[in-house]
Amino acid sequence: MAPAEQTVASHPLDELLRADRLPHIWCPGCGLGPIMNCYVQAMAASAIPINQHVVVSGIGCTGRVPGYIKIDSFHTTHGRSIPFATGLKLANPELEVTVFSGDGDLFAIGGNHILHATRRNLDLNIICVNNFNYGMTGGQLGPTTPKGARTSTTPQGNPEDALNLVALMGSLGAVYVARWSALHVRQLEQSMARAFQKKGLTFIEVLAPCPTGFGRPNELGEGLDEMHLYQEECIVDDHADLRDCGIDLRSHKPLVLGNFIDIERATYGEWET
Amino acid sequence: MIQAAQAPTVLTGSHFMNGDIACAEGALAAGCTFFAGYPITPSTEVMEHLARRLPETGGRFIQMEDELASMNCILGAAWAGKRSMTATSGPGFSLMQENIGLGMLTETPCVVVNVMRGGPSTGLPTLIGQADVMQAKWGSHGDYEAIAYVPSSPQEMFDLTVKAFNAAEIYRQPVFVLGDEAVGHLTERVVIPEASAIQRLERRRPAFAPGEGRIYEVANGDIAPPMPIAGEGYAIHMTGLTHDTRGYPVTSAEVHDALVRRLRDKIQLNADKIMEWEEYRLDDAGVCVISFGSSARSARHAINIARESGLSAGLMRLITVWPFPGAEIARLSDRVRAFVVAEANLGQIATQVERFTSRPVIGVHHGGGEMLRPDQILAAIREVA
Repeated sequence: MAPAEQTVASHPLDELLRADRLPHIWCPGCGLGPIMNCYVQAMAASAIPINQHVVVSGIGCTGRVPGYIKIDSFHTTHGRSIPFATGLKLANPELEVTVFSGDGDLFAIGGNHILHATRRNLDLNIICVNNFNYGMTGGQLGPTTPKGARTSTTPQGNPEDALNLVALMGSLGAVYVARWSALHVRQLEQSMARAFQKKGLTFIEVLAPCPTGFGRPNELGEGLDEMHLYQEECIVDDHADLRDCGIDLRSHKPLVLGNFIDIERATYGEWET
Repeated sequence: MIQAAQAPTVLTGSHFMNGDIACAEGALAAGCTFFAGYPITPSTEVMEHLARRLPETGGRFIQMEDELASMNCILGAAWAGKRSMTATSGPGFSLMQENIGLGMLTETPCVVVNVMRGGPSTGLPTLIGQADVMQAKWGSHGDYEAIAYVPSSPQEMFDLTVKAFNAAEIYRQPVFVLGDEAVGHLTERVVIPEASAIQRLERRRPAFAPGEGRIYEVANGDIAPPMPIAGEGYAIHMTGLTHDTRGYPVTSAEVHDALVRRLRDKIQLNADKIMEWEEYRLDDAGVCVISFGSSARSARHAINIARESGLSAGLMRLITVWPFPGAEIARLSDRVRAFVVAEANLGQIATQVERFTSRPVIGVHHGGGEMLRPDQILAAIREVA
């Protein structure tokens, strides 16, 4: 049987997916599929009724995730998922609001919003899929592109330093900070479940292969090769010093994953009387 | 946690208040329960007043990090079922344009107040301007139709804010209140009616159960699709991409053209129900002065002086600038000799008027920073009377 004929008629999570919109738009080897699957599994397993789950995104490949999930889903403008989510959450605190977006959307064009939402400690879950470049527009420099890496707008190599997302979010006071990869699906799903339980702003960074935009110009191979790289080079250290947890996939230094921060802090509007 | 006290939402009675505060009270009277904003002169009093009044009436208030966030925040609140508003001035209105576009394409009801000051850029933060008229029409990219009210008194800052909320619900889009610094900071008598006398149109909700209909389907005879609310099980998909009646993204010239035309038509085909103006001594006038906002106050004074000296001038005071009452200007052309357009900008309404008449159009313009004076408008009337 040819591979094209091996498609299945249904998926166990069809109830929570917009099956009428599949197949999705992502490239072969992209990490978004397993990450979206983790979110849907975690949501289905959560004690929160499905109708209370809401997902919000900005623009980019990750921004397309809400369009495939059959819950209230909002695909906003570039960088603005967090303020939109802020409006939803403050207007109806019963909603379990998750922002699902990319590194460029959340930390470049939307950088100001993540800074202030975290400072406020709004009760939001932020899942940031980090593929080290702008994938949707064809592989340009992003705020997480490692120094020296090649992208279509840094053909001589990136002259800028990259943001270390987990260190930044820890410094801003996020009550939960974790990092996993598209390969670490069990840990990622558990992290998402923990984020649903937490009050306050939670942050999960997920490393994801982008063979088309970042893998090819940086000689990381196909998506599967990058998954092998995660398998070989990721270490789990919940107590790592986040300042030392910057990432350069080309460096062959350990990629540190873990549930780094899990603390309590008064949320927006709560104070001691 | 902030405890919501139960203060009255409608302050029925006769008050002495400025236009910004009247606008805030108008919002509360219209059922606004959510405000997100960023401080900016000369609109800040709207925000400061709601920072106190919303929590005490059970609503929510948040000061955001910028106007991009403010605009998006009120869109999110609208999808959670609230009547939401922001207030700003020129520089903030510029930043809001991105997500005004999102509100237009996703058909999200909300109210955006712009208390205009002198521009471009930082311009004259504390002084009057009326130069954001075209920005209100064309500020975000793409084709869409604006609804913009232009109050000329604190009383109208109250009344037209109420109307703006109702228009937002009927037409399902962001609606503008374009005040100006003089009207926002002017303190006058404002009469707030009994709550029962204030019209409040409720949001139309889908007639179908979750999963049984398409959320952007417009039934025959409807102006806009009814709106589901997050958390009710409709599995809403809202996107700023061109979308079909399910709300799903579609990359198709045909779907895009049909969607943009529907968004245009819901305003254009109902323009007669939205447009408002006031006529003053216009019945027998040979010269029609067109003005709005604080400039219309000077125009009215100029007309009274002109009449005393035997010149037959009258006023068409615009209450909405968008949709623009072009057909009425064409009708007036049959009986007036000339138009005088008085506005604190360099001709934004005058060029609109010229589109609908072959009569002379005399502009009385000022770049902003002070109110137009009656004698400037009178001189223009004399020129053509």
